[in-house]
Amino acid sequence: MKKLLLAVLCLALLIPACVLADGTVKIGVFEPASGDSGAGGKQEILGMQYANKECPTVEIGGQTYNVELVYADNGSSTDKAPSAAQQLVSSGVSVVLGSYGSGVSIAGSKYFEEAKIPAIGATCTNPQVTAGNSHYFRICFLDPFQGTVMATYAYKELGAKVAYVLAELGNDYDVGLAHYFQETFEALGGQVISDTFPTGTSDFTSYLTNAAMYSADVFFCPVSIAYSTQIIEQAAGQNVTFPILGGDTLDSNVVVNAARGKNVNITISTFYQEGANPTFEEGFKAWLNSDSEALTNNGGNDMISAVSVMGYDAYYTAIEALKAAGSTEGAAVMAALPSVTLNGVSGQITFDATGDAVRNSAFIKSVDTTTGDWKFIAEQTVD
Amino acid sequence: MSNTTQKKTLSKEQILSAVIVLVFYVAVFIAEQTIPSTSMLFTVLKKGATYALVAVSMNLLNGFTGIFSLGQAGFMLIGAYVYAIFTIPLAQRASVYQYYNGGIVQTTLPVFIAMILAGLVAAFFAFLIGLPVLRLKSDYLAVATLGFAEIIRAVFQWDKIGPLTNGSNMLRLFPTFNDFNIRNASGEVTIYLSTLVPLLISGVCIALIVLLINSTFGRALRAIKDDEIAAEAMGIRLSSHKQLAFCISSFFTGVGGAMLAMYQTTVQAKSFTTAMTYEILLIVVIGGIGSVTGSCISSFLFVACSEWWLRFLDQKHMIGNFEVPLLRNGFRLVVFSVIIMIVVLFFRQGIMGTRELPDLFRKRPTDRKKGRGIKA
Amino acid sequence: MWNTVFPYLLSGISVGGQYALIAIGYTMVYGILRLINFAHGDVFMVAGILMVYISASGLPLFISIPLVLLLTSLLGYLIERIAYKPLRQAPRMSVMISAIGVSYTLQNLVLYITGGLNQLYPTIPWISGSVTIGSATTKVVTVFTPFLTIALVVGLVQLINHTKIGMAMRAVSKDFETSQLMGININRVISVTFVIGSFLAGVGSLLYFSNYTTVIQTSGAMPGLKAFVAAVFGGIGSIPGAVIGAFIIGIAENIIKGLDIILFRAGLIAKPLGLATFSDAFTFALLIIILAVKPTGLFGEKTTDKV
Repeated sequence: MKKLLLAVLCLALLIPACVLADGTVKIGVFEPASGDSGAGGKQEILGMQYANKECPTVEIGGQTYNVELVYADNGSSTDKAPSAAQQLVSSGVSVVLGSYGSGVSIAGSKYFEEAKIPAIGATCTNPQVTAGNSHYFRICFLDPFQGTVMATYAYKELGAKVAYVLAELGNDYDVGLAHYFQETFEALGGQVISDTFPTGTSDFTSYLTNAAMYSADVFFCPVSIAYSTQIIEQAAGQNVTFPILGGDTLDSNVVVNAARGKNVNITISTFYQEGANPTFEEGFKAWLNSDSEALTNNGGNDMISAVSVMGYDAYYTAIEALKAAGSTEGAAVMAALPSVTLNGVSGQITFDATGDAVRNSAFIKSVDTTTGDWKFIAEQTVD
Repeated sequence: MSNTTQKKTLSKEQILSAVIVLVFYVAVFIAEQTIPSTSMLFTVLKKGATYALVAVSMNLLNGFTGIFSLGQAGFMLIGAYVYAIFTIPLAQRASVYQYYNGGIVQTTLPVFIAMILAGLVAAFFAFLIGLPVLRLKSDYLAVATLGFAEIIRAVFQWDKIGPLTNGSNMLRLFPTFNDFNIRNASGEVTIYLSTLVPLLISGVCIALIVLLINSTFGRALRAIKDDEIAAEAMGIRLSSHKQLAFCISSFFTGVGGAMLAMYQTTVQAKSFTTAMTYEILLIVVIGGIGSVTGSCISSFLFVACSEWWLRFLDQKHMIGNFEVPLLRNGFRLVVFSVIIMIVVLFFRQGIMGTRELPDLFRKRPTDRKKGRGIKA
Repeated sequence: MWNTVFPYLLSGISVGGQYALIAIGYTMVYGILRLINFAHGDVFMVAGILMVYISASGLPLFISIPLVLLLTSLLGYLIERIAYKPLRQAPRMSVMISAIGVSYTLQNLVLYITGGLNQLYPTIPWISGSVTIGSATTKVVTVFTPFLTIALVVGLVQLINHTKIGMAMRAVSKDFETSQLMGININRVISVTFVIGSFLAGVGSLLYFSNYTTVIQTSGAMPGLKAFVAAVFGGIGSIPGAVIGAFIIGIAENIIKGLDIILFRAGLIAKPLGLATFSDAFTFALLIIILAVKPTGLFGEKTTDKV
């Protein structure tokens, strides 16, 4: 046993760190494929995969490189994120895309920083992802903005005076968004009651009862898809009267499916409104329908989630950065990223000093429970 | 219990074992200077060192004292939090404790002092919980300690103590293993120590545990494990011995928690679940309940398999046009659990049984129950 | 006041009934083998996953439900045969570790099959509908659960008290060796115990997941642990004890989720304290208290060597 062990250890020492094959540039996909955010992560990956299909090569410094996507599943959990991040680092990626979920992005951040690999967040909206570092970039809007949008919408458009806010304990995305919602809503003159639930909860009936007891006018739950479907289901079971509001995570056909045919009112804020770019949508849907695995990962139908669009734009941002850098070195890409601009499907992308995209509009839409589609409500801008 | 006749001088086998350990450390040092620091090898060694320490402390209870405790995740959580809370640089506190105005702790301790404090706080909690719980027997004790870990997790997430623990949010930006690297003025790393130092910390702690196991106190613990009533008749005070063993084990588990924090670079109460305790337990079982060497070896094997060697099982592979069946996300864990079940059912002795490293060099397995253990 | 507490009470009774069905499995197995079957919560979860896949295959409910119950019982039987029987002579700790291993294996297997994504539980007509009672609107299954639970428990108690196999079970749990000497086929008794326990967990999963409609590999862990605590609370080995313990725990945890508002309305606190955080932790605090104060639980047999 000892000899075997020694042999194994020697072998381990000999395995060289990954050598980059000539003519291939690797882009890391740091996304959850399992766990509470797995469904959303998979949809975000779809956007990247489609973009990769559309644009499989990139010209860097006069040479044509094949782009290879390297996947690492961060399991939607902050304790699995480090090893997933290290897996990407050790496979020699030039730039990382992701992740869906702010907590895992923060948890993986330091590993990319130490390896001098830049990361481009597609939909992680918590300010802490990019704050205080120079390697993390992001192409979407931020929680303070999104929280403000939803709070303003709830207070001004829906006329709500009391809001019940529910977040998952220890989920940076939920807690952050809930915090900024509360800040704005209270500043406007409303009253906020906030509650939290432990990870793995499936019984939300008592939280819904709480909201009813406080006579809440809106129920704001910016939670993972996994929990939002349960909340919708149980809210329908209890015949709640208040509308359910959510953040960008709820923009998924999984949520629409859960709400179809039920007497619930679900309104969310998101990055993209279906119909804004018909050419992209046609191509994307055709690809989804031609690939059964992609269709399954998209939740069984070809409805486009905003996160897929963001994944698509993140991929092209990375491609632009590689071109601008003229090198596959992570450090060079990092240096090139701040000045990259892209006219993406989701809008114009330019980075500010912290590495966040300059964005000032969000879409508000709600579920049409009879047809099972999203219904556009408003485009909200905040200065 | 015939250890009383043990000689004071080191035997040949022990010297040989010490040499192996030394060679291991030298090899790690050389590897670290030569192999790119992004290699998975170092990830495995760092995490392995952490798990080895926790597994050995669990073994001290389960294998040597016969206390079946499942509270490891709770004590690791305490250790990780204490370490993180006291080492986040003052300048970063405002950003970490963003919802709590920078938190109430406004002092920063040196890394090693914070680690010891992490252990002490964990031991203190162990003392408190030990009073009611250690009176229970085997499975009741297991479930009570497991429940304790769950309670700790909930308490640390409570919003009202947020100024101390940052609520349920992440603690981050504290010194990590990579801060052990020695850098020159321009920030370039000159000597890599980020793997060697955690291995040394863990090694020193494990050596202390081994010394303890081989002391009079350790022999008393084994007597308790073998037969409580007989041990009591021999004049061993059950409750104080168990309590002390529980506190010592928790101390080292707390230090292990601090190391885990350094490895992960972020700490969040949410991730210290029962599943973590089960992982440690399975490491101990695979290594052999009652063998320090076994726990160490199996920690590294377990981490290497789950983080590195079996990773390919999670990815699709093509041989020509043929797609290898079954391989997709999660298959690694299925293979892994099947291996574990096989060990549990058919190789109950684990890798080492109750043997230690020096025992491997003895010509014939002697009927002595334990040799003088040594860290691996 | 009553209107404030009632909705929480209703949720609590419902979830308590579901815990009770799981807790019976724990208590029976413990009574006979002195084993905490850590995998039992995962059997419950697998029953949920089976239902998802079987009904996705298009079978009508009157076939799929019995099929799920049958397969769940079979799973319980197989787990005992494969993972526990070979260890019958081994120390108790080994068997418990084996149980933890089985739990780990089942979870990973389900993770692999489902891809780690939440599965939507099929709607069972009638029990998934809504009903309004007093100040609460809830699903029919919530109201229906406690009655079904009690009916099943009464049936089970009849089985244990008035059939031959029931008598054998009682004998084995009293004295393992002696009953073997008396010619009781121990293995058969143990198998039957596991089958009954798994069957009830299967029924519990039907009710539980009809109420809380997503299943993922970790869905069984928390309900399993809570049901176990319920079994200890009621006095492990005692079926009525497990049932009462389960109801108490179910009600307590839901009251805690609403404790802020209950205290607020009663004028005891001025602003919410966020006590809902402790809904899970409370169960375990209860466990430690009961073990410290009355280790045999509410209705446990008074033997000294067990605890």
